[in-house]
Amino acid sequence: MAAFNLDINGKKQTVDIDPKTPLLWVLREHLNLIGTKYGCGVAQCGACTVHLEGSAVRSCSLPVSAVANKKITTIEGLSANGDHPVQKAWLEHDVAQCGYCQTGQIMTAAALLKTNPNPSDAQIEAAMSGNICRCGTYLRIKEAIKTAANQK
Amino acid sequence: MTTIKELKMEKITSPSRRSFLKSSVLASGGLMISFSGLAKFMPDDKISTTNLAEQWNEITGYIKITSDNLIKILNPNPEFGQNVMTSLPMIVAEELDVDWQKVVIEMGPHDNVKLGPQFTGGSNSIRMYWKPLREAGAAARQMLREAAAQTWAVSVEEVTTKAGILIHEKSNKSGTYGEFASKAAANPIPKGVKLKEVKSFNTVRSSRKNVEGLKIVTGKPLFALDYKHKGMLIAMIEHPPAFGKKLKSFDASEALKMPGIKDVLSLQLYPEGYEQAAFDTRTFNDLLVVVGNTTWEVMNARKKLKVEWQPISESKEVVNGFRGKTEVVIPAEPETTTTQLAKMAEYAKKPAQQLRKDGDPEAAFAKAAQILERTYSAPFLAHNCMEPMNFFAHVTDEKALLIGPHQAPGWIEPTLSKILNLPPEKIEIQMSRMGGGFGLRAYGHYVVEAALISKKVKAPVKLVYSREDDMTYGIYRPMYTATYRAALDANKNLIAFHVKGGGIPEHPIHANRFPAGAVDNYLAEGWAIPSNITIGAFRAPRSNFNAAAEQSFLDELAELMGKDPIDFRLELLKRAKENPVGKNNEYDADRYAGVLKLVKEKSGWNNSENKKYSRGVAAYFCHNSYAAHVVDVVKKEGQPYVERVTSAIDCGVVINPNAAINMVQGALVDGIGNAFYGGLTHKDGASEQKNFNRYRMIRHKEAPQKIDVHFVENDIDPTGLGEPPFPPVFAAVANALYKDTGKRFYTQPFVNEVKSNS
Ligand code: FES
Ligand code: FES
Repeated sequence: MAAFNLDINGKKQTVDIDPKTPLLWVLREHLNLIGTKYGCGVAQCGACTVHLEGSAVRSCSLPVSAVANKKITTIEGLSANGDHPVQKAWLEHDVAQCGYCQTGQIMTAAALLKTNPNPSDAQIEAAMSGNICRCGTYLRIKEAIKTAANQK
Repeated sequence: MTTIKELKMEKITSPSRRSFLKSSVLASGGLMISFSGLAKFMPDDKISTTNLAEQWNEITGYIKITSDNLIKILNPNPEFGQNVMTSLPMIVAEELDVDWQKVVIEMGPHDNVKLGPQFTGGSNSIRMYWKPLREAGAAARQMLREAAAQTWAVSVEEVTTKAGILIHEKSNKSGTYGEFASKAAANPIPKGVKLKEVKSFNTVRSSRKNVEGLKIVTGKPLFALDYKHKGMLIAMIEHPPAFGKKLKSFDASEALKMPGIKDVLSLQLYPEGYEQAAFDTRTFNDLLVVVGNTTWEVMNARKKLKVEWQPISESKEVVNGFRGKTEVVIPAEPETTTTQLAKMAEYAKKPAQQLRKDGDPEAAFAKAAQILERTYSAPFLAHNCMEPMNFFAHVTDEKALLIGPHQAPGWIEPTLSKILNLPPEKIEIQMSRMGGGFGLRAYGHYVVEAALISKKVKAPVKLVYSREDDMTYGIYRPMYTATYRAALDANKNLIAFHVKGGGIPEHPIHANRFPAGAVDNYLAEGWAIPSNITIGAFRAPRSNFNAAAEQSFLDELAELMGKDPIDFRLELLKRAKENPVGKNNEYDADRYAGVLKLVKEKSGWNNSENKKYSRGVAAYFCHNSYAAHVVDVVKKEGQPYVERVTSAIDCGVVINPNAAINMVQGALVDGIGNAFYGGLTHKDGASEQKNFNRYRMIRHKEAPQKIDVHFVENDIDPTGLGEPPFPPVFAAVANALYKDTGKRFYTQPFVNEVKSNS
C-alpha cells in the first residue's frame, strides 16, 4: 500500500492503495467513477479509455503508480452536462446500441480531435480501431466524429 | 465533478422514497431525466421535494400519470441494445396520444402478470408487445376520456384528445391527462378499444432518439457492472481450465492472505440429479469461488489459488425444455478442434436423421446429368458481449434481491425458487441495461451462481466474470458443417436438392426453409455429435450458419446454371408461390421475393458504374422477417475489403426507423466481422482464445464505409429485426469474395483463406 496524489477531472485527491492497481479499478472501485468501463483488462478493447495529460490511454493497463500527479480526465470530466461536441454529435447521430463501449469510444474520439481537429477518414479509422464495438456502431461513430470536427 | 445521480442520492432522506428511487435508479438509471436532448433535463429536484411514489396513478400496468401531469411509460422488456427502451414506449405513446417530448420512460419492474412475458430473444420484443402495448395505450386514453366525460357531464364520444390534452369542443372545456388521472385509474380497464389506423400514426414510424442516449454518453451507471450496494462484496469463480475437467481439490491458504480477500469457498451450482429447465445451463457444476472487497483484489488472489482439477466422467443430463424432456449425453473426453473436424467429416458420411423429404430425391440424383456438391463449415463462436457476465445478488433466508443483465428473468425465477428454496414472490429481479446479449444472457448459470454465493457468504455480492472467464465458459454458437447437393438435368434444370447438416453438439438445419417448397425432389437431413463444450443461442441460432452455407451454394449453383443469382432465386420463389412443393414451407414467397427485388433496385445490381465492385448477393428468411443484402468488395492495401453494403428488409411496420437502421447496420458489421474473423478453437478441451488479443473482433477500419438500409413499406404487423439481417451477410460476403479472388469460400472464418490467397 502507498498513498498517491491523483488529479482527476480537475479534482485533487489521495488514494492509499497497492501501487500496481490499474487506474481503471481505482476509478471504478475507489472513486466511484464508473463511466470508465472494463471490457478486457489487457488493452485490447478500449472500453476503459481515459485521457492522461490529454492523450487517450487504456486505464486497465496503467498502474496507479504511473499516473500520480498527472492530469487525468474521465468521461465524467469531459464536460459538465454532456455537452462536449463529441457527446453532442453522438446524441445527434444516435450512435449507441447497447452503449457499453461508447464512453471509451467518446474518450478516444475527443482525444483525436484535440490533436487533429479535422481528421481524414483514414485517420479516424486508425485512431478508433483500438476500440471494439460489439454492436457494430462503427459507421455512426465515424459520422459523429465528422460532425463534432465541423462544430469545433 | 458531482454527477446528477450523486446529487440526487445525497438528498434522499425518507426511507420510502429511498427504496422507490433505488429501484428506479438501478433499473433505469434515473427517473426524471428526459431523453430528447441535452437541454431536456427535467428538474431533478422534483423527486426530492414531492413524494412521487404515492403520487403515480397507475392507469394500466404500463402507464402512470401524476395529477400534475407527469406521464410515465414503463418499458416492460429487457434492453440489450435493440432499442426497446425507446421503441416499446413509442407504441404506448402512439395510442395514448401524448407528446413524446414530455413523457418519462422508465424500465419496468420484473412482473410477468402486469407487464407480460418480459423476454428479449428470438427477435420477438416488438412482435409480442405490439398488440398488448397498443391496447394498453388505447385503453388508458379511453379511461381518461371517460373520466373527463363524467366530470364534464358530457358524452364520452364527444371527448377527444390531442397530445395529452382532453378536449370537449362544444363546451370549450379542456384539461390535461393529469387532471383526470386519479379518476381514470379508479375505473376498470376497458376491453376491445378501437386501435388507430397505421396510416394515422405520428409517433410510431417516425424516428425518435434513444431515451437513454444522454446517460450513455455521459457514463451514468446504467449497467449492473456499475451497480453498488451497501456492504457489497465481489465474487469471482475460478472455473476449470478446460471443458472435460472439474474441481478435485484446492488450497486457498495463499489466496486468503491476499489483501481484501474475505473467503474462498466451493459450492455446487445444481444438486445431484437436478432436472434442468431449458435455460439452466451448467458448463461447470462445482464452483470454486473467491470473495473479496474489490474486483482487482479478487483477480489477484485468484492467481494464488492452488487447484487440482480432475477429468469428468461421462454423464447424462435431463433437460426439461420447451419441447419436453430430453436426455443429453456429456462425453468425458477433452476435445481438440482438429479431432472435432475429423469426427465431423466421418459423421457426414454416415446415415443421418431425415428431416424432410419431397418427391424422390434419390432417383433424381441417380439420373442427373450433373451434380454440384459442396461442403461448408464454421467454428464455435463466443458471444463476447462487451459487458462481461455479472450479477448482483442479496439472498437471505427470507428473500432474494437480484439485479443484473438478463434477457429472460422470468425463465430463471422458477430455477432460483427451487435452488434457493424461496417462493417466487420473495424473489425480486431487477433488469439492468445489458452491455450486449446476443442470446447468451438468456441463460441462467451466472444468476444462480450469484444467488448461491450471496446465500453462502451471507452478504450482498456481485459476481463478476473477467473477460477470460466470459470467453472460456462455453454456451457458444455450435460448430457446424453442411453438405449441399444439387442435381441438374441435361438442360441444366434443377431437379433435386439435398442438404445434410451436422454439428457439435447439434445440427443447423431448418428443413422447411427455402429452397424447400421450390424444388420437386428435396431431402434435408441432420446429425449431431455430443460434446462437453456447452452451446447456446447466438444471434439467429442455426440460421446464422444455414444462410451462410445455403446462400453461398445457391450462388455457385446459379453460376453453374448460367443464371444471374438474383434472377435464379426469384425463379425458385415464383415456383414456390405458384405451385409449392410439400407442406409447412415456413416463408412467404412474395415477401422473400420482395426484398430481393428491392435490393436489386437499390444496389443498382446491373448498373455499369458498379462494375468496379466485386459484388455478392444473399437473402434469407428467419425470425418472421426477410432480409437481402448486396455486399460490395474492393481491394484495400492488397486485401479484399467490404466497402459498401445495400440492404433490403421486410419486417412489417418499422417502429423507430433510425434506430432500426442502426440495428441493421450493426448486424451487418457483426456478420462481416464473424464471417472474416470469428472463431474459437480448442486444444485438449481448453479454449485457445481467451481474450481479444487472440479472438479477433471486427475493428473500426474493417467496417464498411457505407451501409444503405431500405425497408419494404407495408402495414403488416411488425416482426423482428435483431436477428434477420445477420445470417445472410456471411454468404453475401463469401459470394463477393469469390468475385474478387476467383475462389469460393467454404470455411469460416474467411480470413485464413483470404490470407493464403494473397
Ligand atoms: S478494458 Fe482496457 S482496453 Fe479493454
Ligand atoms: S454499443 Fe454495444 S458495444 Fe458498442
